[in-house]
Amino acid sequence: MKKLLLATCFLMAGSGTLFAQKYMTRTGKISFNATAVHSPEKIDAINNEVANILDAKTGDIVFQVLVKSFKFERELMQEHFNENYMESDKYPKAEFKGNVANVGEVNFSKDGTYNVKVSGKLTIHGVSNDVTVPGTITVKGNALSAKAKFSVVLKDYKIEVASMVADKLAKEATITLESDLTQK
Amino acid sequence: MRKSLLLSVLSLGFVTVSFAQTDSLMNMLNSGAPVKNEPVAATFKATRIIDGSSVENLGAGVLDFRISHRFGDLSQGSQNFFGLDNATTRIGLDYGITKWLMVGLGHSTFNKEDDGFLKIKLLKQKKTGMPITLSYAGSVSVQTTPAPTLPTGDTWLFSNRLYYTNQVLIARKFNDWLSLQLMPTIVHYNLVDSSKFSNNTVAIGIGGRIKVSKRIAITGEYYYRATNADMTYNGQKTYNALSLGIDIETGGHVFQLMFTNSQGLTDRTFIGQTTDSWGKGALHFGFNISRVFTVVKPREFRDTKATSW
Repeated sequence: MKKLLLATCFLMAGSGTLFAQKYMTRTGKISFNATAVHSPEKIDAINNEVANILDAKTGDIVFQVLVKSFKFERELMQEHFNENYMESDKYPKAEFKGNVANVGEVNFSKDGTYNVKVSGKLTIHGVSNDVTVPGTITVKGNALSAKAKFSVVLKDYKIEVASMVADKLAKEATITLESDLTQK
Repeated sequence: MRKSLLLSVLSLGFVTVSFAQTDSLMNMLNSGAPVKNEPVAATFKATRIIDGSSVENLGAGVLDFRISHRFGDLSQGSQNFFGLDNATTRIGLDYGITKWLMVGLGHSTFNKEDDGFLKIKLLKQKKTGMPITLSYAGSVSVQTTPAPTLPTGDTWLFSNRLYYTNQVLIARKFNDWLSLQLMPTIVHYNLVDSSKFSNNTVAIGIGGRIKVSKRIAITGEYYYRATNADMTYNGQKTYNALSLGIDIETGGHVFQLMFTNSQGLTDRTFIGQTTDSWGKGALHFGFNISRVFTVVKPREFRDTKATSW
C-alpha cells in the first residue's frame, strides 16, 4: 500500500511538472497586410487577442484568433472583411495546430533566441492547409516570445477577391505574428 | 497482483495525460476563453435604407460624403427625357462622433432646403440576448426659398420654414440575407396648406433588405401615414411614399439605385409631401452615392503614418 501511495505521488509529481512546461497567452498580436503593389489604400489589420499555447516538452503549439477581433483603420473595410471575405459569422475562428519540429534545440532554461521550424495545419475561412513556417522563440526567464512572418495565398483558403478590388487587394497576405507567452 | 493492476491503471491514466495532443491544447484555449457576444453587424449596407434612415451608424471618426439624386417624373415622357431634365439633389456630410452617435448636414435643391440630423443607437442586436437594434433619429430642416409676397403689414415668419422629424428605428437582422425595420415617426410641419390640417403627421415606416449576393441587396421602404393622410401640399393631393431599390457595394462606396414616387429627399418631404403616386406611374428614378473617409483613426492605427485617403 505504501508503495502504491509513493507511486501515485511520483506520478502526480510527474504530471505536475508536465503541466508546468506549458506556456500560454491570450494577448498575442497578429497582423496582416494584403495591399496590392499599386494600391492607393493600405489593406491591413491588427488583432491583439491571439490565444496561444506551447507545450515545451512535446513542441505542440496551437494558435487561435477570433476573426471579428481584427481591427482595420477603416470601419467599412472591416465590415467587408468580415461579411464578404472571411464570412466570420460562418467561420468565426482562424486557428493553427502544429508542432515545433526542432523543439529539442530550444533550451527553455537558458535565455536566448532560437530559430525554430513549425509545421501544422492552418485553418482560415473553414479551409485547412498544411503549412511550414520558420520563426523564432526567445527565452527570457520564465517567459517566451514567439515570432513568425509568413504569407498565405488567399485562394488556398477559398477567399475570393472580387475583380473590382483586384487592384487594391493582393493575392497573398503577409502575416506577422508576435506572441509573448508566460509559463502556466 | 492487485497492487500492480492498480499501478498499471494509474500509469495508463498518466500515459493518456502525457499524450497531450494539439487538440487538448486547443481545448485548454477554448475552455478559458472569454465569451464574446458581439453586436450583430451590417443589418443594412448604408445609413439610409433608401430615403429614410436605417439603424446603421457610421463608425467613430468616419466621415461620409453623400450625393442623392432623384430624377423627374418618368411619366413626363420624352419631353423631359423621362424625367432626366428635372432632378432634385441633396448633398450631405455625415459624421460618426462615437460608435453610437452620428450627425449630419445636408442641402437639398427641393425647396432649397437645409437639414441637420442626429441618430443615436440605443440598443444593439446581439447574437444571444437582445433581439433588436433600436435607434432614435431626429432631424430639423429649413426651407430657404424666398418669402412669398405678402400684403403690407404681414410678415413671413422664419418659423414658417421649419420642419421637425422624430423617429424610432427598430430593426432586426433575421439572418444573412433578411433584415427588416419599423420606423414609428412624427413629422411636425410648422406651416401646412390650411388650418384644417394638423401640423403633426404620425406615420409608421417599414423597410427591409434582401441580400442577393455578397455585394448586392434589394431594398424596400414604405411610409404609411396613420394620421393627417389627407393633407395637401401646395394644393396637391399627397400619397404615401413607396421606394424600391438596389444596393451595390464596391470597396469604399455604396451605390443605391431606386424607383420611388417621392422626389423629396428629406424626412418631411417624402413622408408627408409626396405628390406623385405609383398608381399614376409617376415614378422617379434615383441614386444615392456614399463615399466614406476615415478622419480619426482607430486606436490601433494612431501611431502609424499611413495617410490613405
